[in-house]
Formats: sequence, structure tokens, C-alpha cells
Amino acid sequence: MANLRTNTAGILSPNPFWLASAPPTNTGDQVKRAFDAGWGGAVWKTLGEPIVNTWSRYSAVDLNGVKMIGLNNIELITDRPLEVNLREITEVKKQYPNHAVIVSLMVESKREVWHEIVKRAEGAGADGLELNFGCPHGMSERGMGAAVGQVPEYTCQITTWVKEVARTPVLVKLTPNITDVRQAARAAKSGGADGVSLINTINSITGVDLDTFTPRPAVAGKSSHGGYCGPAVKPIALNMVASISADSETRGLPISGIGGISTWRDAAEFILLGATSVQVCTAVMHYGFRIIEDMVDGLSNYLDEKGLAVVEELRGRSVHTVHDWKELDLNYVVRASIDQEKCIGCGLCYTACNDGAHQAIGAERGENGRTIVRVIEDACVGCNLCSLVCPVDDCIRMVQIPTEVAPCSWEQHQSGQGKLAPRPQDKNFH
Amino acid sequence: MRALKSSLDPFAEKKPAMARDEALIEANRCLNCYDAPCMRACPTHIDVPGFIKKIATGNLRGSARTILEANILGASCARVCPTEVLCEGACVLNDLHHQPIDIGRLQRYATDPFVVAATGPDARPMFTAAPKNGKRAALIGAGPASLSCAAELSRRGWEAVIFESAPQPGGLNTYGVAEYKMTYETSLKEIEWVLECGAELRCDTTIGRDIAVETLLSDYDAVFVGVGLGPVGPLGLPGEDLPGVRDVLEFIAELKTSDRSAMSLKGQKVAIIGGGNTAIDGVTQACRLGAEVVYMVYRRGLDDLPAYAHELELARTDGAQLVLNALPTCVTGPDRVSELTCVRTRSGEPGSDGKRAFEVIEGSEFKLDVDLILRASGQEKRRGFLGTIPSLELDRSGRVVVDGDGRTGNEKVYAAGDCVSGGQEVVNAVADGKRCAVAIDRAFRGGN
Repeated sequence: MANLRTNTAGILSPNPFWLASAPPTNTGDQVKRAFDAGWGGAVWKTLGEPIVNTWSRYSAVDLNGVKMIGLNNIELITDRPLEVNLREITEVKKQYPNHAVIVSLMVESKREVWHEIVKRAEGAGADGLELNFGCPHGMSERGMGAAVGQVPEYTCQITTWVKEVARTPVLVKLTPNITDVRQAARAAKSGGADGVSLINTINSITGVDLDTFTPRPAVAGKSSHGGYCGPAVKPIALNMVASISADSETRGLPISGIGGISTWRDAAEFILLGATSVQVCTAVMHYGFRIIEDMVDGLSNYLDEKGLAVVEELRGRSVHTVHDWKELDLNYVVRASIDQEKCIGCGLCYTACNDGAHQAIGAERGENGRTIVRVIEDACVGCNLCSLVCPVDDCIRMVQIPTEVAPCSWEQHQSGQGKLAPRPQDKNFH
Repeated sequence: MRALKSSLDPFAEKKPAMARDEALIEANRCLNCYDAPCMRACPTHIDVPGFIKKIATGNLRGSARTILEANILGASCARVCPTEVLCEGACVLNDLHHQPIDIGRLQRYATDPFVVAATGPDARPMFTAAPKNGKRAALIGAGPASLSCAAELSRRGWEAVIFESAPQPGGLNTYGVAEYKMTYETSLKEIEWVLECGAELRCDTTIGRDIAVETLLSDYDAVFVGVGLGPVGPLGLPGEDLPGVRDVLEFIAELKTSDRSAMSLKGQKVAIIGGGNTAIDGVTQACRLGAEVVYMVYRRGLDDLPAYAHELELARTDGAQLVLNALPTCVTGPDRVSELTCVRTRSGEPGSDGKRAFEVIEGSEFKLDVDLILRASGQEKRRGFLGTIPSLELDRSGRVVVDGDGRTGNEKVYAAGDCVSGGQEVVNAVADGKRCAVAIDRAFRGGN
């Protein structure tokens, strides 16, 4: 059985699954129950100056009857006294010495204030610190959170202050509400960060109540943008993680991946793109701590299946496959192939291709009135759309068509090297 | 007999209403097929993926309108249609994981708030009569075919008057549908809503007795015949007129219109004679009334049994005993029925109607102890009444002969429903009644 033990920038945990700094890590009681359930680490709900929350805090995006594919919140950092949090951190660490307790921090941008909070968190027993430079609502209006993360100079400056006194590893949590996340990661690194965690939540309005005309969540007839998370944000997070992994300046910087991770599969994808550990929030807010059982079991089985002994062997394996578009082979030809045995005759591929893509699938009524679809091979550009809309597993496969023309990228083509294979839109294509 | 599995209340709806979340999840399972087979399988061609998509988006009124534009009795069809062999039977998901979209119940979810349970703003009319065009149509019978025809004519500006001999409209929809499929009240509520389209209804009015056929033909521009079928015919058995031998339809009608608790069959033995879907209704109703034993006696074998497989399954689940290849020969009893004598039959070669002939096995008599016999061997045609309409032609089995538009041998008279088909589903009657309305409008007014 694969060993799931992980070392994220010097923070050790029995597995790569941490609870993200959020409502699930609000109290010592929750963190203890999470560790009992099997979580490897927890990033404590952000400590800082006491705040006051609104009552109505969350709103969600449901899709086609599935609840909460995206979650939005306007909750701020911890609203419990600092002393209480510190006491509970100490208690948890005493009971769970081998689990990772990372303490998230956010205070006003003053050197001495940061020094103070770092010392107190470490004094309580934190295994590592996470600097919250990502909170996109409320705190950013007060010059903290995303207001820091959106300015590389601030990010670097505060990281430097923290590193002046910190004895434990320091992760900088990055905001996605920025044009190029690599700039933020580079700033954190230059400030001395031991790693980064990303993504924090995305600025969002999840929807408007069509009866009251007020966006959700509504607070006495008003609303405010919140931070978006949950399964819907995973693709955005994966891209940001990959871009930091592949960046020449930040390559090798430890990453704790966050953003829509609900299953071991999601976690494996973050790890393949360079994350060492992963953090989970929305899935736990939806289904509770118990989801960890399958996450650990699934990842372990997957590693065994792939013949990998430790998570580290999986880490970053996909990074080298992520390229600029200009480097992709323009002569790699694929075409849709429909398995008529599996086809149930729904015609979705026909509608999608005909209206939404390249008019490369024909449909007719066969015997018994059943819809028969077929690929018009000369028209198929291999876009994948039909295989994406098909409701039947493996019914439409994209099959590689051998070509005699050597691989050629746009870069090569532009520089006069290489030649392009014939394409469906060419007049004489056959 | 063993306890009913379906529900603690034996008359509870077999296909109950859907809650919002259930409907949303189910609606979102719909693949939204191209050239959707469900739509083609529906005799009224309801845009099934279209109305389901509207449920998913929360456009319930639009969804109901999509359904009711195609099928004005969409609320009752949602309950009484054999969806298993129509839309749901055609659903491509049967091929994928054997669980089609629950189209019938979704249709009910979409239509109920505007038809049978309309309150507040939802009660505002969905369809209204067009300004009168001066044309008048008389419709004989207030069953599904006439209601559909009348609603369509009203929407096209016709003055449509429906004549019904029974005290309440709806025909079999009101009086003959097993209670767990649709209640008497639901049918009447729906008709009330349908009549908001502008048609006029005159119940307790028998054409040929209260009003002469000739009067209708001279007073109206067109006459629609939607009289359905008559009572279940006699079996032709000695002893058949003993008390305790009843027409299954009369039995079901009594069940629907009177106090059910007074009709308990506790401790009784009941035989239903026949193998069709109406026989199944009789079987299941008798089971639900607490009968000790319920026999379904059919002269042919299982392969020739005309009831739908899902209906037969229901009868079996209710605990009915199938007595197949059994031909009743006589009914006996001191002062009321106490025994049904049958002989065994054996199936022969298929005849011209596709059904296999059967022959009696000599000396195979056997008796069933029974307290009640329900005749469900097929309704009679209304030859007598139909014969009074000039130039109306009937085929050999007594069905009204019509062309593709529903026009009879009398060019002023159109017909649809069971009197033409010999006995089909409500949805067929609705489709054909509407088709007649379109043809009548075209023929007498030049509408399209």
C-alpha cells in the first residue's frame, strides 16, 4: 500500500489532505473530529483582530438539480477571541502531535503586528503558517487579504516581515483575483516564503433573486460580492497551480493546492500539476469530514495501481505536458468514431455538431424510428464536442488518424519549418 | 390474500405527485434528444423534451402550455396514459440504464398547478375562445374525444355545444378509470378547466331522445360524434342474470361515485372475466376492496392476453390469481351467484386477427367458488344510436368508418374516439378529436 505521508515545505502530515482555512476549521472541536475522521492536516480559520460577521453569509450555484456546484461566502476571518483559538491550537497539537496544524494569519500591514501574531501562533504550537493574502471580501476593504495579494510589492514586504521572526514554514495563500498569478507567487518567493497555497476564493455574485431583485446572499435587502469556491472553480485553480509549477522563477516552490477539490481524483490532478498537499473546504461544508475516507483510500489505490510508493512520485508528473499553444502539433489528426453497438440514438452528438461545431455528423431515422448518427469523416475536425455531449461511456471515441506529414507546431510553421497536414476546410481535402 | 405492497392506502395514487426537488432532478436527467422518440411515441406529439426543459428552468407555466397546446387533457393523460408503452417506453434511457425519464409524473407536475389545482394567478386562463366566427358545432358525448374537439373548435371561434346523457361529463375518464390512477374529482376539475376555453356543456341530455339527431343536423354547421362504446356485453352464459354478475365498468363507476367503505369485498371471492386492461382495473379494484380471492379468468393463454405487461404485473402484485386458458360455461347459485363453471382450453394457430384460436378440452370442466363475477369481456358498440345518423357507415365490428380527417359517410358528421377506434387510450381520443376540429374548421370555414 502506498505511503501517503507528505512534506509540504517542511510541514509533515500523514496524508496530503488538509482542511482549508474556513468554517470547518473554526474550532478545536471540529479539527479534532476531522483528524479522527482521517484528515492529515488543518489550516486554522484565519486569526487576526476580532471581527463581526453578518448573519446571512453563504450562497450557492446549483446546476441541473445538483446542489452547490459553486459556493460563495461573505464570511470574514475568525470571530472568536484570539486567546481561545490559541488555547485550542495548543490542545489539538498536544492530542494530535503527528497531524499538521497550520495557522492562517491576517493582521493589519504593520511589521510589529505581524511579528506579534506570528510569535503567538507558533507559541501555541503551529506546525506552519499560512498568510492570508487572498480574502476577497470585507477584509480587503480594510487593506488586508486580497488588497495585499493583489500588489506583489506588499506580498513580498509582509512575507519578509513574517520570515524575520517565523521559525516554522511559511506558506503564502494567493488570490486568483489577479491577472497573472505567477507575479504573486514570484513576490512571495522573493519575500522568502517556503511555499504558496492557492487558490483563495474568486470574486463573485452567485445569482440574483428574481423576486426581490437582490443578489444572494441577501443581508437586509443588500448584498455584497463574495468569494467563490467549490467544484466550479477547479479548472481555474488547476491552471494557476500549473502556471506556477511551470514558471522558471517559481519552479520547485512547494504548493498546497486549493480550489474545488472534492475527491481523490481532484487531489491527484492537483498533485500531478505540482501540488504537494491539497486543501479542501466546500466538499466538507457539503458532506462533512467523512469524505476523507474515500479520498485517502482512493488515492492510495490509485498510487498502487500506478506502481507508485509515495505521493511525491506522482507530484508534478503532468507539468512538462503543459505548453504554450504555439508548441502544439498541428498535424496530430483525430476523428470521432461512434460505436453503433453502444449508441442509444439520442442524437445529442448530431445536434451539438450541427449547431455548435462543424456539421460533421449526419442523423437519419433508421428502422423502428430510431435515430442513427454517423460521422462525416471529411468534415470532422476532431474537436471532441460529440464525445463530450454523448451520455454513453466510450460510445464516441476520438481516434488518431495516421498522417504521413511530420509533426509541425505553429511556431515551426511560422518560422518556415515543417508543413501542415491537409485539413477539412481545404478545398481539395480528401 | 397477501397484503398490498404498493401502499397502506390501497386506493392511494399509483403515480403520486412529484415534489419540486424530485421534479428538478428528474427533469435534468432528460437528455433532450434530437428528433425525440418520446415525442414521436405520443399520439398528441407533445414536445416532451421541450416541456421537461421548461420544468428544469422553473418556467412551469410555459411547460404546462407546451403540454396543453398539444393535448388539452394533458393533466389526465399524465395520470392515465400507459406511458410504459408510449413516451417512456420510447425513451432512449431504456437502452442506457433501464430507467426512462418519469415523463408522466413530470407532465403532471407541470400541468396540475394550472389545471386541476389552479389557485391565485395560476388560475388565470391559459387558453381562451377566439371571437365567435358564427359557426356552430354540436358534439355528442362528453368524453375525451369530444372535449378535445370542442376545446379546439372554441379556440378557433366556433360555438361548440357538447351533449352528454350522463349526469357528469368525461365518459370513461370520469367514470371508468381505476381510482388509483385518477380520481373522479380530478377528471371533473380538469373538464371544468377545459370548458373555460369556451365550449358549452349540456349533461343529462340524450340525443335521439331529448333532442332528435335531425335537429342537430339542421341546427348546427357540423356534428361531432364522440359517443365511445356501450356497456360490457353479456357473456351468453346460462345463469348470467343471477344477482352478483355485473358489468365491470358499472362496478368501477359505482366505486368512484359512492361511499367506498360501503363497498367492501372483505371475505368475498371475485372472478373477473376478460384479459384486457379494463379487466385488470376490475381485478385490482376488487383486490383493493379487500376481496379474499380474486380470479382473472381468461379464455386464452398468457401470450395472447391483451392487457399491458405493466398492468398485468400490477394485478399480480395485488395478489390476483390468473386462471388462464379457461372458458366460462355457466353461472350457478341458489338465489345469487355462487359458482362459475369453466372448461380448459388449448391454444391453436394464429387467426386473421393475430390472436390464436383456442379449442375447448373435452371433459375439463372445473368450478370456482365465487360471490361476485365482473364481466370485462369487451364493451359493445353503440350500433343502435349510430344507425340513426343518416349516411353514417359502420364497419363489420360496428366501428364508425371515417377518412383521415375523421369525416364520416355523412359529410356534416365527424367522429373520433372509441366509437371509431373500437377502444383505445384517452390520448388517442384527444389526438383524434383535435384532428377532427382542425378538419371541421377547414371544411366549414376555410380555416387552417
